[in-house]
Amino acid sequence: MNELFEFKDAILTVHLPQDLDHPQSDWIRKETDRIMSRTYVKRIVFDFENTEFMDSSGIGLIMGRYRALGMGQKCIMAVNTGSHIDKLLHLSGVHRYMEIQRAEEEGEDYGKSK
Amino acid sequence: MEKANEVTLVFDSRPVNEALARITAASFCTQLNPTLEEVADLKTAVSEAVTNSIIHAYEGEIHKIEMKLCITGQEIYVEITDHGKGIPDIQKAMEPMYTTKADTDRSGMGFTFMEAFMDDLKVESQVGAGTRVRMKKLIGR
Repeated sequence: MNELFEFKDAILTVHLPQDLDHPQSDWIRKETDRIMSRTYVKRIVFDFENTEFMDSSGIGLIMGRYRALGMGQKCIMAVNTGSHIDKLLHLSGVHRYMEIQRAEEEGEDYGKSK
Repeated sequence: MEKANEVTLVFDSRPVNEALARITAASFCTQLNPTLEEVADLKTAVSEAVTNSIIHAYEGEIHKIEMKLCITGQEIYVEITDHGKGIPDIQKAMEPMYTTKADTDRSGMGFTFMEAFMDDLKVESQVGAGTRVRMKKLIGR
């Protein structure tokens, strides 16, 4: 399995690339489908930690995996989303189908590190 | 109207060139001192238009796409033209979630994002002749 994919306890975590555009989304879709055809996947976690760019291809990828997982509650999740990614998730309406954990804003953890 | 600066980029309709197009637009726009958010918006809008030409207009065949960028004052103008199959019903194509390619997980949000992230969007298309998308965005409002 590629290092972008992490699988544990039926949860597949996808560490998304820097640019989640059409070629990257296509590749991740195929790879995710391949994993799902071999193993039972209950939930997919999309990790945006390293992602700086996304367009509607990324939204298509997320919606498609949501359908593939049976559209159950909490079957998809997004973590470490920055403001641009967050904006796209809300504008497209996919935020209604998934839990979103935003990346900690700069300054928000002020004091914690002290 | 006075034109301050202009660039034209002609490239093959290969998916790898989507990044080239949006990075060119972002880089050209830096002379207007945009915020990170404005750059991200512009990049997404350009990416949507170019992806449409590659996936829908040329349907995977390799032909030319032309991107024209023009800066006038604080405004960036983007024009993306293909000579692909054209859009039969532009109004329908622009509806959120409408897609002709749901089987390959296209979200149908392309035009919605272009509209949301730019200040002005115009689409002209002729079936069998091609499509031209024209967008404007005021930087530093």
